[in-house]
Amino acid sequence: MTFFLETLIGGLLAGTMYSLVAIGFVLIYKASGVFNFAQGAMLLFAALTFVSLQEQGLPFALALLLTVAVMALGAIAIERAVLRPLVNRSQITLFMATLGLSFVIEGLAQGLMGAQVRALDLGIDDVPLFIGEVMVSQFDLVAAATAAVLVTVLALLFNSTRIGVSLRAVADDTRAALSVGIDLNRIWQIVWAAAGIVGLVAGLLWGARQGVQFSLSLVVLKALPVLIIGGFTSIGGAIVGGLIVGAAENLAEVYIGAHIGGGITPWFAYVLALAFLYIRPAGLFGERAIERV
Amino acid sequence: MSTVVTAAEPILEVRDISLSFKGVKAINALSFAVRRGEICALIGPNGAGKSSLLNILNGVYRPDSGELVFEAEHFRRIQPLEAARRGIGRTFQNNALFKKMSVLDNLLTGLSRHTRSGFLAQALGLPGARREARAFREQAEGVLEFLELQPWRDVAVGSLAYGLQKRVELGRALIAGPRLLLLDEPMAGMNAEEKQEMSRFVADVNRDLGTTVVLIEHDIQVVMGLSGHVVVLDYGRKVGDGTPAEVQANPEVIAAYLGTVH
Amino acid sequence: MTTLSHSLPAAHDSAPVELLRRRLPWALLALLAVAFGLVPWLGNDYWLNAILIPFLVLSLAGLGLNLLTGYTGQTSVGAAGFMAVGAFATYGLLLRVPGLPLPLALAGGGAIAAGVGFLFGIPSNRIKGFYLMVTTLAAQFFLEWVFTKFPWFYNYASSGTISAPRLEVFGHDLHSPTGRYLLTLSCVVLLTWVAVNLVRSQTGRNWMAIRDMDTAAAVIGIPVDRYKRLAFAVSSFYLGVAGALWAFAYLGTASAGSFDINRSFQILFIIIIGGMGSIAGNFVGAAFISLLPLLLNYAGQNLLGGSVDAGQLQNLQKIIFGVLIIAFLIKEPEGLIRLLGNLRERLARWPLRF
Repeated sequence: MTFFLETLIGGLLAGTMYSLVAIGFVLIYKASGVFNFAQGAMLLFAALTFVSLQEQGLPFALALLLTVAVMALGAIAIERAVLRPLVNRSQITLFMATLGLSFVIEGLAQGLMGAQVRALDLGIDDVPLFIGEVMVSQFDLVAAATAAVLVTVLALLFNSTRIGVSLRAVADDTRAALSVGIDLNRIWQIVWAAAGIVGLVAGLLWGARQGVQFSLSLVVLKALPVLIIGGFTSIGGAIVGGLIVGAAENLAEVYIGAHIGGGITPWFAYVLALAFLYIRPAGLFGERAIERV
Repeated sequence: MSTVVTAAEPILEVRDISLSFKGVKAINALSFAVRRGEICALIGPNGAGKSSLLNILNGVYRPDSGELVFEAEHFRRIQPLEAARRGIGRTFQNNALFKKMSVLDNLLTGLSRHTRSGFLAQALGLPGARREARAFREQAEGVLEFLELQPWRDVAVGSLAYGLQKRVELGRALIAGPRLLLLDEPMAGMNAEEKQEMSRFVADVNRDLGTTVVLIEHDIQVVMGLSGHVVVLDYGRKVGDGTPAEVQANPEVIAAYLGTVH
Repeated sequence: MTTLSHSLPAAHDSAPVELLRRRLPWALLALLAVAFGLVPWLGNDYWLNAILIPFLVLSLAGLGLNLLTGYTGQTSVGAAGFMAVGAFATYGLLLRVPGLPLPLALAGGGAIAAGVGFLFGIPSNRIKGFYLMVTTLAAQFFLEWVFTKFPWFYNYASSGTISAPRLEVFGHDLHSPTGRYLLTLSCVVLLTWVAVNLVRSQTGRNWMAIRDMDTAAAVIGIPVDRYKRLAFAVSSFYLGVAGALWAFAYLGTASAGSFDINRSFQILFIIIIGGMGSIAGNFVGAAFISLLPLLLNYAGQNLLGGSVDAGQLQNLQKIIFGVLIIAFLIKEPEGLIRLLGNLRERLARWPLRF
């Protein structure tokens, strides 16, 4: 039983990391209807920037601040160069554009900062803690706590402030929002900047967990099952989805994977998402689109 | 298989059809009949349930109650493929055309369900498939000529003027030789001249091909000139049913339309 | 019956019925003659091995993906997974069925890939658009895993790789560059011909109708689900054959890693850059993707005095690809083929600029 709990909790905690990545997607998707494939590359870029700055000798806080600034600037540039010209196109087109964008960012990241794996030290030791008899990783706990804080801040921001209300308006009906005088471009810049910052946090946490390396940009793909299960437009859904995926993946690897050769984590989440799609094509919290002919 | 249908029997009967969306009744116990070979206009204020009725007639929506009788066959619900197979053709309010394909290709899609050649025959360009392709092509050319669309044969439909698009949609519905044609606002968004042209085409289709037409239309002048039978809907109920003259004089119809005649 | 109301366009299929009799495409025949006749004699091994063969195989893969994504509108990022199926299936057939001729093995590999593609296409009746893309992602990762984890597929080789079996047709040994080139060329020409037939036929139109508006397609009587699954199957057949050729005619040795998600992206880029929904576009796109790295290498070494190292060139290549993808999507979503078409039209009208 203990082992089961450990696996479950480990999965849940890992899931919060997935949630974090997924939230970055939800933000952008809610505002501009784009699945930002480049989120992963942005994660990588953020982590690399931070690490490079640290290597240059900058203190933690300053490095963090600079990275945030870089990400925000990058977000604005992206909105100008990529999003605006593609404003009325299909989802798939936008996805492919962000795919291209991810290549650009990756190329830049590795070109500027090199391709070796870097260790990222956030000052959090990965020490096992014991809750009762259950062993939990301290790092995972801190990551989960950080995610929780971030989510709370975001939720407050988007539900209570004027910007948040504008964002929801834009997500609902872009044209209507325009006609009420909401500055679309500003909103998008803010959203992408926010996503960039979320990406930064996620990137730092992931980087600390597995080292800052190229495969970080593929973490983004794992967000897809999370978004499918939780819906593309709900932050709450991203959280629940992340938890489900994290837990299910871990449990599946241990209990199912052992029998069929192991290493099923690369694909299990997707199959889970597929099953979900069959039952609820719009996800747990997402909206169901009605197609009118 | 089907019973012999005499000219006196209506080609289509709507019996007590009801439909609601999330508690809102879109159509309320509607009944009327359409005679073979006539042009029947469905009119009424916006939201009166006209498009929904058309959707029921070709199977896109399922009614909550009531039945349809098409060519003496009774249906509680008809599947879209089945409706197409039985000879019910349809155009749509928002132009359900294939935007990236040419006019000719759009017309040819109307013949999709008539294909006899199999996948392999098409893949390998076998004579049977080629013959069929040629035959279909001739049919399409016929429709292009009938609707005077030849100059735009290879133009992508998405880049055509709105009025032309509507004509292409009519062509696509026509090419399979339907017995009943359902037209959903075929003249929406057109200027007076375009409406005249479209009316001419609809009348030609009815007269030359013998196709029964049921159309939704807002322009009263068009309706009076084109159709011989008018059914008026308001809030999903029938408030008028008869010849254009009869309907125009009906006080209930006037009340429903108070101040909204276009 | 029909009247000619405008001048005849170049493509024969849009001419009025009377002239449906095909005009022999001289340019195409000349190209084929050169490809089959001249190139094997004149081409040196480097050109054949490093440029022409991969170009051909990538074109074929692009063609396969195009049928599914460009013509039927089902976006897939799992192309490489199906290529893997084809490669491993062909390998398995050649290994385990004694005396099986190579063409049959290739066809068999393609058929098995088609079957797998069909299975992964089944969800397409419930799941649409973007979500369907996630299904293809599942296929990609799952198939990669299968061909890594189960040694049966690679005959228990400790390296996890499969090697080119004896490549011979009717007793002719094909393992030389020229031989492999001719094998690849024949496959590509044959399958392209079939693809052209398909996209011009009712099947192709049904696919395109599904792409443009599948609800309308259903309402006018097209069996949408069946055609979607068909698209998955046919596309996977092409990808399977391409995969087998990639492994055996080009690489020589392959493993599941040769068919990873980056390969899927590469194929997707081919059709975006070349032009989705265009067969000629595949070739243009594949040429672009094949040649650009070489051009960059060349430029890096000769123009910049060899000061740029290979790693940086790779990064530069990535950036350029990314920028091009974005640029194409913004400026010319129909790809290079449309750009080239416009250019040709401009040139044809050149003296009369207006």
